Amino acid sequence: MKIVVAIKQVPDRDAPVRIAADAKWIEERELQWAMNEPDAYALEEALQLKEKHGGEVIVLSAGPERVGSTIREALAKGADRAIHIVCDDLGAGAGGGLRNFDALGVARLLAEAIKPENPDLVLTGLQSEDLGLGQTGVILAELLGLPHATLILQVEKTDAGLKVKRELEEGWFQSIEMPLPAVLTMQSGGNKLRYATLMGIKRAKTKELRAVNAAELGVEAAPVATLEQISAPKKQKSTQILGGSAKEAAAALVEKLKTEARVL
Amino acid sequence: MSVFLVLEESGGKIKRASWEALAAALKLGPAQEITAVVLGAETDALAAEAAAKPVGKVVRVEHPLLNRYTADGFSLALHQLLQSQTPTYVVFPHTYQVRDYAPALACRMGQVLIGDVTGIEDGPIFTRQLLQGRLNGSYRHGGDGPCFVSVQAGAFRADSLETQGNAAPARIELFTPTIEPVQIRTKPSEPFRESAQTVDLGSAQRIVSVGRGIKGAENLPMIEALAGALGAELAASRPICDNGWLPMERQVGSSGQTVAPKLYLAIGISGAIQHLVGMKGSQCIVAINKDPDAPIFEVADYGIVGDLFEVVPALTEAVKAGRE
Repeated sequence: MKIVVAIKQVPDRDAPVRIAADAKWIEERELQWAMNEPDAYALEEALQLKEKHGGEVIVLSAGPERVGSTIREALAKGADRAIHIVCDDLGAGAGGGLRNFDALGVARLLAEAIKPENPDLVLTGLQSEDLGLGQTGVILAELLGLPHATLILQVEKTDAGLKVKRELEEGWFQSIEMPLPAVLTMQSGGNKLRYATLMGIKRAKTKELRAVNAAELGVEAAPVATLEQISAPKKQKSTQILGGSAKEAAAALVEKLKTEARVL
Repeated sequence: MSVFLVLEESGGKIKRASWEALAAALKLGPAQEITAVVLGAETDALAAEAAAKPVGKVVRVEHPLLNRYTADGFSLALHQLLQSQTPTYVVFPHTYQVRDYAPALACRMGQVLIGDVTGIEDGPIFTRQLLQGRLNGSYRHGGDGPCFVSVQAGAFRADSLETQGNAAPARIELFTPTIEPVQIRTKPSEPFRESAQTVDLGSAQRIVSVGRGIKGAENLPMIEALAGALGAELAASRPICDNGWLPMERQVGSSGQTVAPKLYLAIGISGAIQHLVGMKGSQCIVAINKDPDAPIFEVADYGIVGDLFEVVPALTEAVKAGRE
């Protein structure tokens, strides 16, 4: 099976975020980056499918230079080769930067890079941890004219194509049968993520990493939905923060829960 | 100006999230400009339920192949409807089902879904959360064509609709899409549960819930001790269950259980929206987290900013001491 996995580099979950001066995005200098977690699960599923059925795993990512480190991580974990759609965040001129693309624009970039590969399966995470749009996989399926399923936890290859386990709300699941080629968006938790081995890291350096300039893909940034401003959320409740040492705060909390909230 | 509102049902009844989406739609236009859309193989009961709400019209999109939800069937049917009568806005509840097809439907019309919206201001400016709830983003729709919006569960109040019912039920129209069996490419099964639920967090009075901050399964006994001292059920956010540190049935959030205990203690949980929707109805929420900017503090009544490995044992002791 030839599998393309679309991955995204996102700010590390534990990295503190600051709103940039223009209030249009966060300050990216000194930020730590990581592979979007649901995408890591998509990669894991792809690697396991390859181990069972043979084939090739190609990782695909769009973004500036720094994205290369996340692509290398995927190669170190076992992907065979990679395509990097090079696109600055704030590029000027024709095409513009990646931030001028909305979900449809980004999916168009990815779709153009996927088409010549003719994969059997395209996998990606169900959503990104930064923008959280949760649309890229579904739009990709539409652009590629392929059937899709979302929030997938398990993938099984059948004679007719695939049988997948889809998560529904409130603890329910569903299985879906579908033909190949197809697009799946993966939910976290279906597999155990692997770590890159030292050997893997070494071998990754020799693997093919093809850079494609976003402009070469012939996709114009023509956003329909634009992010105009970001801001800190307003508090829904006024939280009483209990200070002091751990012991003092704990004692104060127990007192509050007893006498004020009356829940103890 | 017209607004289409796509309602979602469950077990033959319109879901509450759909009425919250109606509350959001009413921010975009008056009731008489709102067309509620129901889809299925048999939709008369759903349509009657919708017609009693503050909407101008109800459209029944009916076809035998819409008997069970498929992304292909719903996208095809709604695309045909939206081509025949193009509205200014198309509003959905942001459910797992909508996430599965609305982006494709929007794409088919050259549009992008502005998804998981938590607020609508003049403009209109749509607010949605970024970075797992740590920041808000203001979005604007540009260009021609309908603006697709999906609304986060709990963000708009459906109870205000009760006083706005119609004097007479809204008129109901039938729309029959053209769908061929071969156009439905996926075969979904009936929904199923993994195993019988043995833990009913929904009826617990007190819940101690743990998140990523716990770092490893080996640290769970400390949390269990606190839960024991409080007489509370143990619960967790998704990553803890994903890692197999606690069983899935102890998961609180959109993919797990929804709870509303008297006391909900969130330990090392940052408070991504997927978790918050499952617990924000709790009477008293306490958050213990090292990050003062963690979104969990937005819904917490009491907070302790600090190292949970110091705070939790101290709290267990304080609870025990308070009993004596």
